[in-house]
Parts: sequence; structure tokens; C-alpha cells
Amino acid sequence: MNFVTTKTPRIITRLIGSSCLLLVVLLGAVFLGVSAGSSGGGMSSVLQVILGKSDPDSMLHAIIWQIRLPRVLLATLVGATLSLGGLVFQALLRNLLAEPYILGISGGSAIGAISGILLGLSRFPGVSLAAFMGSIATLVLILVMTSGQSVLKKESLLLSGVMVNAFCSSVIMFLVSLTRDAKLHNIIFWLMGDLSTADIRQVGILAGMLLPCFILVFRHSHALNLLLMGKEMAQSTGINIKAVTITLLVTSSFMVSATVSYCGLIGFVGLVMPHLLRLIFGPDHRILVPACILGGGSYLVICDLLARTLPEQGEMPAGVITALIGAPLFIILLKRSGR
Amino acid sequence: MNPAITITNLSHSFGKHNVLRHLSFSVEKGDFFIIIGPNGSGKTTLMKLMAGILKLQKGQIDILGLANLTYTPKALARAVAFVPQRLPVNLPFTVGEAVLLGRAPYQGALGIERERDMEIANQAMQFTGVDHLTGATLSQLSGGEQQRVFIARAICQEPEIMLLDEPTASLDLAHQVKVMDLMEKLKREKGITVIMISHDVNLAAMYSDQVLLLKDGEVVCIGIPSAVLSFRKLEETYGCKLLVDESPLGGFPRLTLVPGRYRKPYT
Repeated sequence: MNFVTTKTPRIITRLIGSSCLLLVVLLGAVFLGVSAGSSGGGMSSVLQVILGKSDPDSMLHAIIWQIRLPRVLLATLVGATLSLGGLVFQALLRNLLAEPYILGISGGSAIGAISGILLGLSRFPGVSLAAFMGSIATLVLILVMTSGQSVLKKESLLLSGVMVNAFCSSVIMFLVSLTRDAKLHNIIFWLMGDLSTADIRQVGILAGMLLPCFILVFRHSHALNLLLMGKEMAQSTGINIKAVTITLLVTSSFMVSATVSYCGLIGFVGLVMPHLLRLIFGPDHRILVPACILGGGSYLVICDLLARTLPEQGEMPAGVITALIGAPLFIILLKRSGR
Repeated sequence: MNPAITITNLSHSFGKHNVLRHLSFSVEKGDFFIIIGPNGSGKTTLMKLMAGILKLQKGQIDILGLANLTYTPKALARAVAFVPQRLPVNLPFTVGEAVLLGRAPYQGALGIERERDMEIANQAMQFTGVDHLTGATLSQLSGGEQQRVFIARAICQEPEIMLLDEPTASLDLAHQVKVMDLMEKLKREKGITVIMISHDVNLAAMYSDQVLLLKDGEVVCIGIPSAVLSFRKLEETYGCKLLVDESPLGGFPRLTLVPGRYRKPYT
């Protein structure tokens, strides 16, 4: 049994197939997300608003363009970034439990954000900038800590990340225990992740930062495949391991920091989505990178949709739903795949 | 005289531990070259330096007449392929996918395979006799089959020089011969220079054109098997009693280990 040689490379057909499928899923999720909400509006009237056929002064028009759409787009970007971050860290550290916060990004940005909240800064840009600075500081700290050895020693990188996160949790607990008033609520919501503050201009800025990162990661997706063979064999196949590792570490950490600083710590998406998509689409990173972007985006849009429509009053953080659905779903798929 | 690899005054150390000291030798194009020596003699370090995996500290390595530092990673991968001692475990790819990864030095960043890549992968799998396993997952294969998959992957790089670190170490007898025959075929049919580390002196005697005997990071002896594998040199290098006679197949030496109970009266 040989490969069937075809004119169009197999990878291209598979890439287009999987991406189209997930793009349809994402568009469906976005439409659902825009349609649902407490102020009603049937799907047909929502469709009219999106297609620009309704009265631009109507209430529904304002709600969709100013509240729901920014929020859904934000959820897409954040879900995509966290899933992609998880995928990259799982491949680079060759550890199935790696998630996008593993290098201490969560701890660092949380300290930054909480300090910002305690100082009474505004949500944007004050708290976001503080959180971003916090996470970049931890990233630099980790790179410096491990630079004496080699960045390629994945165990020391992992351990440093775990230690930094543990240290940060203590600082966070300390800060929380000092807080008494309404600020506590803000802190808790930030720690659980909150997509409700989206504004279309801010979402645009975020997208401008993230899209180049997505492209850069995709360009290195085949290098991730080669890295699965181990450092030595990848290098002897012509990969500049050091350059690839550092580029991917810094790019992923940067994009995760950017999203986290904007909407807080949304857990579990980054851990479960790469595994879930791997079970469905196989191990090739050239397919998994776009799949994580599209699939991760859809997943968080749906989770956020549930988080704001399920409770009778108010809403719960999207981070609560991600694990509530994700964990059982993943276990079912794992059982089915028979591994 | 047309060397595939020339090594000049090569030294290497890990911290204060000198692993290789002032090595100089060359490997002729088209030779089956086997490196033997006791544990810790620096064989693997030497091979990783030749493969460009370890950074050169002192001395020079010329690959096909050019200093290896002048090669880009991809250009080096087109000249030299490497099969490490420890093969990756739990690789999620199928045999076909893993073999195709060997085409990376000829592809763009995304590794999109063209018809030619598929053909070369097919030929490589046929050459090593794993073509019937194309769709199988690597973890389903036996050790011998996995070894031949990774040799096929290395062949896909279309190298002039093939480096293998103890490819027969964990294989049973039939698979050992199979892999060694394969290397001979690679040399004879494709003209590839094969450089291999082996712990099995008898295999080295049977298959090699040239043997390098290494001890404590220095060259003890280099040459044709019958010259290098004398009992005096081997006993001195390995520090144990040995018998060396001519193989019943003729033409090369045969090594026999001597158990302790046979040498008591004499020592």
C-alpha cells in the first residue's frame, strides 16, 4: 500500500476541508451569539439588522452593533488565542497538561490587574495595561531565570512557570485578603474572566495585535510537527530549534497576555480545545493551528452565550461555563476514540 | 581521495569533562564506516557533532569539502541525515506521515508535499520494506519496524552521508542482520556514505569498510577491520579478555568473549 499520489497535495485538501467546516461552525456560533439576549428580537429581525436592512436608529440596531457584536467578536478572539496558545505550549513543552498560562502569565497579569483595580484605575486602558505589564514582566523573568541554562530545556521552563504562578497566587491571595469593599467584586470577576466590557474600537485594537501573531504561528506549524520527533531529529531535518522555540514562546505569550489583560483569566479553553480538536482532526499542526483559531473561537462564543442567557438574572462569568461543558465533552470524546 | 567528512583536531567538553580530545580522521565517500569503543568513549558526542546537533567548540568538521559551519540548517540536512539512538516514543503520526517529514529540507516552511515528495517517500518505504505499513500508527509497530521507518525518513532527506547511532542495539538477531543488510544496500545502490556507531564488534567486522576504534575521546586505531580488530588492541581498549580468530565465512575477524571461568587459571 503506497501513498496515493494526487495532483493537489493531500494536506491542502484536508486543510481547506477542516477550515471550511469550522468556519461554518464559527459563523453559526457568531450569529447565535448576536441573536440571543435579554432584549429579544427574533432571528429574522436580527438578520435584517446585520444585513443593514433595518432602521439604523432602532433599539435593536444599537444593541447588536454596540453591545452584542463587540462581545461576540471579543469572545471569538479570546477563544482563538487561548486555544492556539495551549496548542503551541503543549507541542513546545511536549506536555499534555500545558495550557496558555503555564509560563506564569496568569499569575503575573492577575497581580498587575489587581494592583490596577486597587489603585482605582479605569477598566480600560488602566487595568488592562497594568495586567499586560504584569504578564510581560513574568515572561521576562522566566526567560532570564532559564537563560543561564538553555531555553530548550523544557523541564526547567515548565518548573519555573509553575513556581512563578504559585508565588503569584500567594501575592494575589494576600492582596484579596486586604480588600474589603466593592473592589473585591471587580477582582473576583477579573479572576474568573469577563467578556462584558467589550467596545468595538478596543476589540479592533486587540484584533490588530493578535492577527499577526496567528499568522506567525501558522508559518511555524510544520516546525511544530517536526519538533514532535524530538529535538535532535528535528534539528537534523534542518530546523533551527532555538530560533523556532524562542519565536513561538514569545509570540504565544504575547498574544495570551494581550487577551488576558483585556478580559481576565478565562480557564480551560486553552487546555481542552487543542486536545479536542486533535481527537477530531489528527496530529498535524498545519491543520490544528487554523482549527484552534476557528474552533476555539466558536467554543468561547457558545460558552459566553450560555453564560449570559442561562441565569434568570444578570450573568455568570464565561470561565464558569468553559469547564462545565468542556470537561465532560472531552471525556466522552476520549472514551469514544478508544485511547 | 575524496573524503565525505574530514575531522581536524576536534575537541569537545561538557563542563570540565573532556569527552573528545584532538580527534583527526576522515571518512571516504561511499564507505561503510563503523565507530566502535567502550561506553563513554565519546562516540555519540562525535556523531552529534558531525550531524550539527551539538555546537562545535574546538577544531573543524568538513562535510563534502566545506566547513560544516558554512551550511545553513536546511543545506546541512540535505547533505547529512541522522538516525538517533533513542527514537521518539508516542509519535502520533502514521508511518507515511513520519517518513514524509524527512522531506522538510526540500520544502517551504509549511512543508506542503508535492508529487515528487510523495514518490520519494514511497520509494524510501519500499527500500526499507515498510511500504505495506504506510497507514499504520508508529506505536503499533515492533522495534525493528520502527527503526526501518526512521531509516526511510532519513533516506527521504536524499543525503550523501547517513549517520546512525546504534541502530541495532535493541533488535533481535534477524532484525539486526536486516538493518545491517539495508545499510550495505544503501551504500551499494545509492552510493551513500554510511557512518554508524555500534557496540557489536562482530557486526562491525562483517560489514564495515573502515573501523574507528575510540577510547576516552581519542582515536586508538582506524583502518580496515582485519587491521583494527586485533585481539591485542581490543583487549587493551575494552579491558577484558577476548579471543579473535577468522570468521568461518572468511575474510574478516571474529570476536569471542571469554567468560571468567575460562580465564581464572591464567589471571
